[in-house]
Amino acid sequence: MRDVYVIGAGTTRFGELWERSFRDIGIEAGIKAINDSGITGNDIDALYIGNMSAGAFINQEHVGALIADYVGLAGSLHIPATRVEAAGASGALAFKEAYLSISSGMYDIVVVGGAEKMTDIGDEMANYITSMAIDQEWETVFGATYASLQAMMARAHMERYGTTREQLGMVSVINHRHGALNPDAQFQREIKLETVLKSGYVAEPLRVFDMAPLSDGAAALVLASGDVARKYTDRPVKVKAIGQASDTISLHDRREICTMDSTVYAAKRAYDMAGMGPEDIDVAEVYDSSTIAEIMAIEDLGFFPKGEGGKAVEDEKIALGGEIPINTSGGLKARGHPVGATGVAQIVEIVKQLRGDADRRQVKDAKIGLAHAVGGSGATAVVSILEAEI
Amino acid sequence: MNMPRFWREKQGRYNLVGNRCTNCGTYYFPKRDICPKCHRKSIGKMEEVRFKGTGKVVSWTIVHDAHPDYKDMRPYIMAIIELEEGPRLTGQIVDCSLDEIHTGMRVRDTFRKLSEDGKDGVIFYGYKFRPVKE
Amino acid sequence: MKAGIVSYGAYVPKYRIRPEEIGRVWGEDGATRGKGLGIMSKSIPSPDEDVITIAVEAARSALLRAGIDPQDIGAIYTGSESHPYAVKPTSSVVAEAILAAPDMTAADYEFACKAGTAALQNVLGLVNTGWIKYGMAIGADTSQGAPGDPLEYSASAGGAAFIAGTERIIAKINGMYSYTTDTPDFWRREGQAYPSHGGRFTGEPAYFKHVLTAARRMMELEGTEAKDYDYVVLHQPNGKFPRRAAAKLGFTDEQLAPGLLTPRIGNTYSGAVPLGLSAVLDIAKPGDRILVTSFGSGAGSDAFDISVTDEMERFNRSAGPLVEDMINVPEEYYVDYATYVKFRGKIRRKGD
Repeated sequence: MRDVYVIGAGTTRFGELWERSFRDIGIEAGIKAINDSGITGNDIDALYIGNMSAGAFINQEHVGALIADYVGLAGSLHIPATRVEAAGASGALAFKEAYLSISSGMYDIVVVGGAEKMTDIGDEMANYITSMAIDQEWETVFGATYASLQAMMARAHMERYGTTREQLGMVSVINHRHGALNPDAQFQREIKLETVLKSGYVAEPLRVFDMAPLSDGAAALVLASGDVARKYTDRPVKVKAIGQASDTISLHDRREICTMDSTVYAAKRAYDMAGMGPEDIDVAEVYDSSTIAEIMAIEDLGFFPKGEGGKAVEDEKIALGGEIPINTSGGLKARGHPVGATGVAQIVEIVKQLRGDADRRQVKDAKIGLAHAVGGSGATAVVSILEAEI
Repeated sequence: MNMPRFWREKQGRYNLVGNRCTNCGTYYFPKRDICPKCHRKSIGKMEEVRFKGTGKVVSWTIVHDAHPDYKDMRPYIMAIIELEEGPRLTGQIVDCSLDEIHTGMRVRDTFRKLSEDGKDGVIFYGYKFRPVKE
Repeated sequence: MKAGIVSYGAYVPKYRIRPEEIGRVWGEDGATRGKGLGIMSKSIPSPDEDVITIAVEAARSALLRAGIDPQDIGAIYTGSESHPYAVKPTSSVVAEAILAAPDMTAADYEFACKAGTAALQNVLGLVNTGWIKYGMAIGADTSQGAPGDPLEYSASAGGAAFIAGTERIIAKINGMYSYTTDTPDFWRREGQAYPSHGGRFTGEPAYFKHVLTAARRMMELEGTEAKDYDYVVLHQPNGKFPRRAAAKLGFTDEQLAPGLLTPRIGNTYSGAVPLGLSAVLDIAKPGDRILVTSFGSGAGSDAFDISVTDEMERFNRSAGPLVEDMINVPEEYYVDYATYVKFRGKIRRKGD
């Protein structure tokens, strides 16, 4: 296996991008990453695109070739383009596939993109489409929504570990605080705990401000093999490890409701591959599709003992300046959550942190970073560990 | 939902028909062709079972934001229910006051409309649950 | 007759509305209207209930009480005038939902408010010939009244299922009699959302003529008088008509009251007599005799003379809910008119 490095990274701004199409944002992110890396189109061996549901959101499938075309790499250079789908983990898995394609020796330089355009349709329909990641035959048909499953995890976590409504709310407060420092974030304003606690219910006990928004956005990375990477940059970020795991598609079939075993196993595989443990991580982007999802993630990734995630949030151990800063980008909650783009955007943030490019939200001396993405209610989890080599 | 997709699962949805691995004795709902515990040893050894329909609430939520198909029932209770025989499933709890619902509540199945394919489309029926008087 | 009733099950939806609330919206004195009709409240199906769900719940309760293997059910007939589909049957869904299909026959009946008792006559006949072991007859409705129409005070929802068989009979059929005429006091044309009615015409020439004639003829055939019965169950479009009919037939309030549910749940149409009979069977003892007479507008009346057998002592009533327990609901299930019209789909929506 060859070493693989990230040599370029870029994202669009996330949010309600009324004037930009799916193609527009895909191209913008791609060009930003390519410019950041210093490569040219002719250097690109392949393209991987993470996307969850373009077919449902904009009636367009086959988006791998579509993006390759509009980036100008299909009609002339005919590069191979592959779309990868695993709901919220689509971008993270596109990253993994790109990684494998280089480490295997097949390609030298690969572009990974992630994109989703979610706001062209109404909120009710968009929420229904995101629920397509849970079991359509045995969950949604009975009235379950994505948020309702998160709510049942929250209830179980609260009843089992004493996690409080305020602790859940603080996840959102801290992510908004971080988002305010990110010029690409969908929400760049701080909020008060009261705002979360007074927002309307989505599925009790979760409220509007507990849930990640519907967003448009794209993110992209340029990956290169070890020998090639140094030709383009003197500050490449090494992909140390990627761990992936699955679990049952339905939440009700899991061993536990308030532990995400897929995260536990993906993390274990990533830590083993990297020869590291959670204590080695300086900064992490975790999958906060809801506030409870972040609390479970910081426990299941091993940053805090099981059941103590809520307390860690309350004590602001996850805030910038805390023990382990989590979601410095603002997380899914404040940066925005264009589902297919999220996994890639998380890596973009980690790359920025490890290069020291994170500006006002820079984690001091960040050397090792982790990104964690989840598909559905936890049927897929991907954990990636990256290391600065400067 | 569309008609053939619903129709082929009607035994499970109407009557809580699942199965049981005769190799290890574990019950499954919905039916599985392969027991996740016994893998290939279970092939051809899965036996159909009709669940009694009684169980208890493992976790629950009151849904406020719902798909248009379920809007008339808002706010409604969704729960994960553990059937007496062991398997868990997700279903609505009806005829239950929002103050009354709690983890551990005993429930039993009831036959209800789940949704319909528009005013001129097929009506989908299946299980929901209601509280059992203790 | 060899065939008799071997089990029964009932179902009444939990939601209610009071006449005061209906009157409030239409500028009428609802309390007085309700008093005039003898109706204090009526049942409303939840948005996820219809004739099929009511029929299935009643059918399951009947099966559980008798411990009958659903595969032994040879026929299911469901009588209703509010089948959820105009084309696509109710009874086959019921058959699937109780695991009685596919080795059986089934059909839906629509015969005004006596479709349920017509179904019962049919399964009794099929069992009697020996063609089937058990037959199930269901009467259920989620009846409709046009907004602002007097029917809104009474049209309600509920139903009951009966299983006919030859062994372990709990209620023996001593005799049956039907009286059929074309007397159009109530109708709904194909494609119309709400029924129409002949106003006061529905009284003497329709309800009373048929119910009284059928009940009297039944007693003549059996050589009985009102005092020979412990209970009488009559069709009950409101709380007043059955009281007057019972009195004319010589029955007392005590004989009528246990099977008179309309004052508390409204008119359940095809479900009315089946539910009334279920309520009586819930409390009846061996040896009790019951006179039953249904009525359907433009259809006629079916009368049954029924005796409760010793088998009732061994019958597991508690395996299904009792009618009385389903009738009594907490105050929170009484809804306002807006909720009622939403539940009944009377609001015109986007795309309608």
